[in-house]
Amino acid sequence: MLTSRITKSRMSGVEDLSTGSDSDYSSSWISWFLSSKGNEYFCEVEEDFILDRFNLTGLNNEVANYSQALDLITDQLDDDIQDELRGSLDVQARLLYGLIHARWIVTARGLQKMLEKYKRADFGRCPRVLCQQQPLLPVGLTDIPYEKSVKLYCGRCEDLYSPKSSRHGSIDGAYFGTTFPHLLFLVYPTLIPPKSGPSDIAGSSRDATGDGRNRRRARDEQEIAEGGGENISTATVALKADRYRPKIYGFQVHEIAKLQRWQEAVRDRQISRLELLESEATRN
Amino acid sequence: MAPKSSQSVPIDPPRAGQQEEQEAELAAVEGDEPMEEGDEQEEGYRHEYFCEVSEDFIEDDFNLTGLNTMVPFWKEAMEMVLDVEPEDEDASKIPDVSIVESSAEMLYGLVHQRYILTRAGLQAMAEKYENGVFGSCPRVYCVTCNVVPCGRSDMPGVDTVKLFCPNCNDIYVPPSSRFQGVDGAFFGTTFAHLFFQTYRELAPAPFWKAPSTGESPLSPRNVTGSGSNRSSPFTNPNPYGGQKRANGYVYVPRIYGFKVSERAKSGPRMQWLRLRPESPEELDMVDSRGRWIDEDDEYDSEDEEEEEDRQMEDFDPDTVDGEEDDEEEEEEEEEAGVQGQPSHRHGRRHNNFPVKDPTPSSPASSAAPRTPQDRGSPPPFNLSYYQGFAGFGSLGAKDGKVTAVRQNLSSAQTELWSRATITEV
Repeated sequence: MLTSRITKSRMSGVEDLSTGSDSDYSSSWISWFLSSKGNEYFCEVEEDFILDRFNLTGLNNEVANYSQALDLITDQLDDDIQDELRGSLDVQARLLYGLIHARWIVTARGLQKMLEKYKRADFGRCPRVLCQQQPLLPVGLTDIPYEKSVKLYCGRCEDLYSPKSSRHGSIDGAYFGTTFPHLLFLVYPTLIPPKSGPSDIAGSSRDATGDGRNRRRARDEQEIAEGGGENISTATVALKADRYRPKIYGFQVHEIAKLQRWQEAVRDRQISRLELLESEATRN
Repeated sequence: MAPKSSQSVPIDPPRAGQQEEQEAELAAVEGDEPMEEGDEQEEGYRHEYFCEVSEDFIEDDFNLTGLNTMVPFWKEAMEMVLDVEPEDEDASKIPDVSIVESSAEMLYGLVHQRYILTRAGLQAMAEKYENGVFGSCPRVYCVTCNVVPCGRSDMPGVDTVKLFCPNCNDIYVPPSSRFQGVDGAFFGTTFAHLFFQTYRELAPAPFWKAPSTGESPLSPRNVTGSGSNRSSPFTNPNPYGGQKRANGYVYVPRIYGFKVSERAKSGPRMQWLRLRPESPEELDMVDSRGRWIDEDDEYDSEDEEEEEDRQMEDFDPDTVDGEEDDEEEEEEEEEAGVQGQPSHRHGRRHNNFPVKDPTPSSPASSAAPRTPQDRGSPPPFNLSYYQGFAGFGSLGAKDGKVTAVRQNLSSAQTELWSRATITEV
């Protein structure tokens, strides 16, 4: 029930959030947190996960006022707590939630929750023109809090970008961790984005390939099965990737063209290496 | 467009601009009336990529050759751009002043495309560039390298303006949606590159050597002259090439601190796109057809070619590390994927893993080494280290260790293995 309320509020969106009327959400700290501005990257951590102390191992050393912060997150905090403490407790609760979040999104259920957000392109789309609006995934550069802000990983160009909005740019990268996007594509290899063509995730009405249709149907039925894609070969996908070629009056720029030839030679060598491995695997 | 952007601010982070307030304000303006109203306020934002074309340039007919066929209401548009009073009082043939306004905008844009290729135009754009008017590259490892506006076509109406980053030689969508109404042809395909040919000191060089992590950034142990020392002057032996030190780090994906092997289906496939050789000489190892020069004729059999590859590959970490290393990583990934928690069952192998892995990372804690400032420059991809281990890697791959590791795989692991690495079909 809680979940459906959150989803509804997300849909109706603008007014609720911008006017900051949080009376509707005051019942649950987590739903308040998720609905407040700037926290769009976070997904909901299930209560069961938080209540299992094993999942929180070691976090008491990272967070001051750990037990009260935990109480706040799980809505078990006494109401008669002092106001000054409440202010600092909120900061600690955010930190704690973030660190739990980083652990949660690498679990099976957490991956699925993030997958839903990925499909809605909640994390934004790749700014690289030739990635054709590929949805992004959040990633940290370190798992230690207070070190680096969150970055966005594009599964198509396999590179990192900074969030456009400064509100997202100030989120701690440790709340997402270094592992998450790569684990997602490891667990769901069918979701590895193609290197060319429009992205078929999130809102594109085109579904040209039969593959995409099947994928969509599977998604409609339930979640995409873990694993799968035994028959996918990604050895040569790099050949399909588009790249930009700088030109002056239609002529390629010498030094850049030279660098690009070198890069493509590196690419070709990787491809032949992977093809060789693949044919070896077939033979065995 | 207006409803889209007004909706986008809270819900859709991708379209939300850097200054939310500004964005919201803009959305409100756009929502109320079409773009040619509300100009004065909005124009400053929307047209901030443009520089001022001198009146002399516009008045010289030679500079306008051919444009009159592309711009409707040419004469009226010219009068509007140059702020001259209409010669004939009879303005009745123009149905609506807003049409002339858009003609004037196109006229100015197309003249602008030509003007910014002139010496004065390049100079004007260089000033804007150095003031960071065009913004910086969104790519993390370009470390806020400034970008320039760039069109994908010289004909108007094809695509909107993009931003070219000289460090990664790639083009990006401007971060704010207010530039989505600006035609790319108003900057043209040539400008960005002519700009960096003209101002070579602003263009990053095509090669890059990682500062080795062992030494402090200021220590002068620098043999090649292009290495780590920030204070040493950087020179590119090619006088016509970029003269700025590049930002060369390439992102290396990691799962629980372990690099994702290229042998995994989800393994890295695109690192070449951002890779730079360590020295300019390496660029010459590829001929004009894009082949490695010293491997074509003599090596006929596939295996020998492969062998040759490995010898040269001192810049590609995955090969250098050798197969043995890959095996270990794969297993770790598998376990990680299944259990969702870091596993230490194979701690025995971890013992020798960090020796080969240059970045000091423990599986549980973190991967990327850190630098004080937040944006950019963290070096998870340290080429010089890999190079140092090149010998190790190729040796390791050839002695008996690889098979030993293979035998250790239990049947369950083998099954998992086949799922995530190369299909054994």
